[in-house]
Amino acid sequence: MKIDHSLPLEYSTEENRLKIFGFWIFLGAEIMLFATLFASYFTLYNRTGSGPNGAEIFHITPVLLETILLLTSSFTIGLGVHAMRLGRQKAMMGFFVVTLLLGLAFLGVEIFEFVTYVHEGAGLQTSAFTSILLTTLGTHGAHVTVGLFWGLYILIQVKRDGLTPETGNKSFIFSLYWHFLDVVWIFIFSFIYLKGMM
Amino acid sequence: MEFFERFAIPHPSIAIYASMVAAGLTMIAVIAGLTYFKKWGYLWREWITTVDHKRIGIMYLISALLMLFRGGVDAIMMRAQLAVPENKLLDAQHYNEIFTTHGVVMILFMAMPFIIFFMNFVVPLQIGARDVAFPRLNALSFWLFFMGAMLFNISFMVGGSPDAGWTSYFPLADGESVGSHYYMIAIQIAGIGTLMTGINFITTILKMRAPGMTLMKMPMFTWASLITSVIIVFAFPVLTVALAMGTMDLLFGTQFFTLDNGGMAMLWANLFWVWGHPEVYILILPAFGIYSEIISTFSRRNLYGYKSMVGSMVLISLLSFVVWAHHFFTMGQGAFANSIFSITTMAIAVPTGVKIFNWLLTLWKGKIEFTTPMLYSTLFIPLFTLGGVTGVMLAMSAADYQYHNTMFLVAHFHNVIIPGVVFAMLAGLTFYWPKMFGFMLNEKIGKWTAWLLSIGFLLAFMPMYVTGLDGQARRMYTYSESTGFGPLNMVSFIGAAIMAVGFVLIVYNIYYSVRYASRDISADPWDARTLEWATHTPVPEYNFAITPEVASSEALWDVKKKDHVLFKGDYEKIHMPNNSGVPFIMSCIFFAWGFSLVFSLWIPAIITTIGIFVCMTLRSFEKDHGHYISVKEIEDTESELRGA
Ligand code: HEM
Ligand SMILES: [Cu+2]
Repeated sequence: MKIDHSLPLEYSTEENRLKIFGFWIFLGAEIMLFATLFASYFTLYNRTGSGPNGAEIFHITPVLLETILLLTSSFTIGLGVHAMRLGRQKAMMGFFVVTLLLGLAFLGVEIFEFVTYVHEGAGLQTSAFTSILLTTLGTHGAHVTVGLFWGLYILIQVKRDGLTPETGNKSFIFSLYWHFLDVVWIFIFSFIYLKGMM
Repeated sequence: MEFFERFAIPHPSIAIYASMVAAGLTMIAVIAGLTYFKKWGYLWREWITTVDHKRIGIMYLISALLMLFRGGVDAIMMRAQLAVPENKLLDAQHYNEIFTTHGVVMILFMAMPFIIFFMNFVVPLQIGARDVAFPRLNALSFWLFFMGAMLFNISFMVGGSPDAGWTSYFPLADGESVGSHYYMIAIQIAGIGTLMTGINFITTILKMRAPGMTLMKMPMFTWASLITSVIIVFAFPVLTVALAMGTMDLLFGTQFFTLDNGGMAMLWANLFWVWGHPEVYILILPAFGIYSEIISTFSRRNLYGYKSMVGSMVLISLLSFVVWAHHFFTMGQGAFANSIFSITTMAIAVPTGVKIFNWLLTLWKGKIEFTTPMLYSTLFIPLFTLGGVTGVMLAMSAADYQYHNTMFLVAHFHNVIIPGVVFAMLAGLTFYWPKMFGFMLNEKIGKWTAWLLSIGFLLAFMPMYVTGLDGQARRMYTYSESTGFGPLNMVSFIGAAIMAVGFVLIVYNIYYSVRYASRDISADPWDARTLEWATHTPVPEYNFAITPEVASSEALWDVKKKDHVLFKGDYEKIHMPNNSGVPFIMSCIFFAWGFSLVFSLWIPAIITTIGIFVCMTLRSFEKDHGHYISVKEIEDTESELRGA
């Protein structure tokens, strides 16, 4: 494998460059996936049947908390990638651990939120609105969950192999994924929660 | 016993029992054959675990041909039922199940793999690459597609077929039997595979072209594959979401497409066609690419209007996303929306027309040679144009109230799909056959097939335009004598039978050519123009011993006419990916997962879900750096291939 040292670690081999490019295309598909969910949400959000509407069930506190947790985690993973490029493995791992912990906390709050919804009579089966709401949030949450495992695996591999073109590449791609989830969350926050509470 | 009742078919018939027996016997025969000839190891090493794009391509081809016959049997049964008024061959429920599986099988499990076969086999060769960007992912794509198709295909023997049409509109797609579960879940599994194919080929085409091959020097089929892959990546996630929502409605009682609690059945129709219309262009664009290659090869001149060919494909791909509502003009979205979608739909005819004229102008002043692929291509031009014209008729929303859901519509889309997609597949199959297998298909039988299929096609579908205008509805299992549709439907049946003969002739042609065709052919038997013909036959594992250097979209023609040198420099060791069994195993688990969900078997569903994640975990931790083919090995292979 030819390693090009003039490029950042994650781009340093042909295979790495292909993987990063391919992942961007994958994110394009993910954008379409979430766009479809959003389009469906906007179609269905006032079709509440006999169930509650958004204003009745949304609470600002958990949502703000989730937002802060996830935005911070996007920042810390950025720092992690920066440390990776400087070759500072310890710092990189530290930032990744913080990122994952923040992600875990986010997930905790989201689960709490879901339980509250169900208690308030907004279950998956209640109405078209609650179905699409929980599906959209749930799809994002499932992505975060997968991300937690994925990030953990990468941490283990960095620990095992050190910062190599391969692990560097994986960490970088993971950071793209994580930032993407953050962007999706910003849309969820603005167009589902804020709009719903207004 | 109660547990097993769910697997029974709700609506049995002799035909279904007979196919069960046939399927069982075939399985036993295959297993016995493999064991007797001790081929299990070979099958595992050379095919099941392969990551070679050429072999994966051939596996797509075999699956597509099998599905062609499954879908074809459905078609013949439908035409036989309608051949005479008030026929009792099939009852309403069977007819519903058959037109549903026919549509799904033909579009998703026959035409899709057929075009993906071409993309797999041809694109890396045409751009001078060693493989696709992600060979392992490519294997996973294939196996997911295959398992999805298999899951769908067992539905009529285990639990019951879907019966709500290939469009599966809600609330027609209810949970009465597990049929609709099969639809949602099987297509989901196959669709994920296709999505990954799209990602793989965009990366491959954009990042792995031979030196000198700029975007505007790519062969036309590669362009078509690129644009198709882009459409796949943007359209398939919509299907993924729609199917997931449908699955949740059926299994978990969500309210997306239901009739109360705010559910909205039209949302399904919209989402389906936001995917569905681009999907028909996913099928036709690679077909256009194949025709472009064949027409320029056998006119012995370069393709006329290269740039406008590319431009029109880009335009078609964009327009294909803004026309979906033409599939339900009659469903009440109002005159304004209908007018907009009418206009966008008609606009598609413009770039399509540009392509037609470019092909005609390529033929013009060409030295035309009527080989079988060329025969298909020249038959395609007038026949497909007819389908385009009726498409524009359907696009007029006011007039569509007359055509919609009649046989006229059925005639339209078969008129574009059969001469458009199916002829391209058969032309391409004949064209690339020698590159794959080292001998040509028989030309005489091939031409007979092309004529039979064309005549059969005209007889089968032209009458439907007439009965459709007269009001014969689609998806109706019978009609009364007094409608007067009888004679024309009999003509359709005769046409369908002639087409069936044509398809059987293809099999016979393969058999005949395997036995009698000469094995002594050159690597470039058609005197072709692009890179895929510049390597040996059979194509070595690494495709090209030395990466070719290219100066135009017709690199091989440059070699022949302009003394262009493709291969410069010496052999170097070549890096190749390793085989892997994980894609196959993971897809088998996906099959089990899908099956469990279809029958709401929650414990196996959870176990298989975990299994899928375990596979992904293994993949994450695996260290697989591929292997190298040494210069010595390359030299040996090359001299052997050159000698042979
Ligand atoms: C000039 C180009 C075309 C135009 C203007 C056009 C227009 C239309 C319209 C308006 C309909 C809906 C009619 C109705 O439901 O009443 C339709 C249906 C359909 N078209 Fe086309 N079409 C074109 C080309 C194609 C091509 C190239 C394909 C496939 C390769 C295709 C495949 C289909 C299919 C499968 C359906 C029917 C789906 C169903 O309801 O089951 N069309 N077309
Ligand atoms: Cu359409």
